[in-house]
Amino acid sequence: MSRLRDKLEAGKFIVTGEIAPPKGTDLTHMFESVDLLAPHCDVMNVTDNQGASLHLSSMAASKMILDHGIEPIFQQTCRDRNRLALQSDLLAAWALGLENVLLVTGDDPRAGDHPHAKGVFDLDSTQLAQIVCGMNEGRDMMGRELKGGTGFYVGAAMFPEAEPWDVQLARTEQKIEAGIRFFQTQAVFDIGKLERAVEALRPLGAKVIAGVLVLRSPRVIDFINNRLAGLMVPEPIADRIRRAEDPAAEAVRLAAEQVREIRDIADGVHIMPLGLDAAVGRILGVEGAS
Amino acid sequence: MIITKPRDWSRIRENLADIGAKRVFLMGCGQCATVAHTGGEKELEETAARLEAEGIHVTGWTVGEVTCHLNGTKLDSRKHRVEIDAADAVLVLACGAGVQTTADAIAKPVFPGLESLFLGTVIRNGIFEERCQTCGDCVLDKTAGICPVTTCPKGLLNGPCGGMWNGMCEVLTDRECTHVRIRTRLAEQHRTTSGTLAPKDFSTALKPGGVNIREKGGRR
Repeated sequence: MSRLRDKLEAGKFIVTGEIAPPKGTDLTHMFESVDLLAPHCDVMNVTDNQGASLHLSSMAASKMILDHGIEPIFQQTCRDRNRLALQSDLLAAWALGLENVLLVTGDDPRAGDHPHAKGVFDLDSTQLAQIVCGMNEGRDMMGRELKGGTGFYVGAAMFPEAEPWDVQLARTEQKIEAGIRFFQTQAVFDIGKLERAVEALRPLGAKVIAGVLVLRSPRVIDFINNRLAGLMVPEPIADRIRRAEDPAAEAVRLAAEQVREIRDIADGVHIMPLGLDAAVGRILGVEGAS
Repeated sequence: MIITKPRDWSRIRENLADIGAKRVFLMGCGQCATVAHTGGEKELEETAARLEAEGIHVTGWTVGEVTCHLNGTKLDSRKHRVEIDAADAVLVLACGAGVQTTADAIAKPVFPGLESLFLGTVIRNGIFEERCQTCGDCVLDKTAGICPVTTCPKGLLNGPCGGMWNGMCEVLTDRECTHVRIRTRLAEQHRTTSGTLAPKDFSTALKPGGVNIREKGGRR
């Protein structure tokens, strides 16, 4: 049973973490992260060739994390697979016991470490959501019956701060119509805009898990502002970290404040610690966490 | 029209050197390559001068009326038979379709002088943009006359993707997001979006394409 589904649908606040599979086969660091996050997170997202850069597959890493006793959210991008491969991997993931899936478009290959790759984008994330819902009802995208379907809890990404908001909202409503049950957001910096998103989506039955990115250093802020698509750290927040004597400690304080505010608004929080995994307890306001 | 750009000169020289060509006939095109300023009279004269300067004799040149038209190119090549007979090779300043009709029309080694880029719109003289993929499954009726398959770098039918920022594209950051443009234009025209566009039928674009309107049914 998907703990993510059970908690969210029961109206309980959920904490999700994020695990990046290694670029290679050495899993030591990945499991260190898993163990640091495990006491604080209900489930963990396992990214799929994040940043359009080569990593061990999300499916394999999700299965290993599941075997380790943690519930994963298997991520699938539309960038690297055509409709046959996507459906095939979804069947495989379900057969391996993965019950949550997050469907995303995927960064353009030009942004990654294989810039000459052909971006597949045979389907977009909304079309894929419709297909997964069909698979949950026991049929493939051609409408043909599967010998055993899936039962995924299906999520997608959304961006509360994206402008123009009417376009972003229409797009998100389209995803809900396609069968998306929960959203994980890009890092939120403007709580007012998160509130606006939750107010719009909650009546439609979708859950919103708000992203918190730990801005551990001025370098990370520069990277986000210059290199990361669809994300900007607002100047006052960037300034606060840049001027801090200990930027990492300040970033943890800032993230903890954000989590406190999010608890009153959203259905959950998604922590992206960017390596400060050991501080996640403090960010979540756990008593006595180091 | 088909947008082309000049092929790397070193590759052209390599192609000619491979067969030891010392005498070359040049074929241009009076249609797209003339408009694109890559295979009209001026460019043929410049190419001829460059070849001569590098010790390769140009036996003659012609700007085919429509070089991708097989019978027209055959006719044109007959008019220049003497110059073509005197050449070791033919260099074609036209799109890939024009290179192939020339190779069918003339029994000599034929080499491309241009790179074929895309089916483009002439924004202004000398400014071309790709607008159509010739996919055989048009969605422009639903997308306010803006092709997402071509103008969204990811080719998404439903968007915007997560990289859109302040209405701008994630990949081509100086351009407005195609999906924002589509939704804005539909709204301006008081047209509702027609829900989620279904996955594309890529079987309509399988290669090689072919049409025969002389036969019953008019297609293959």
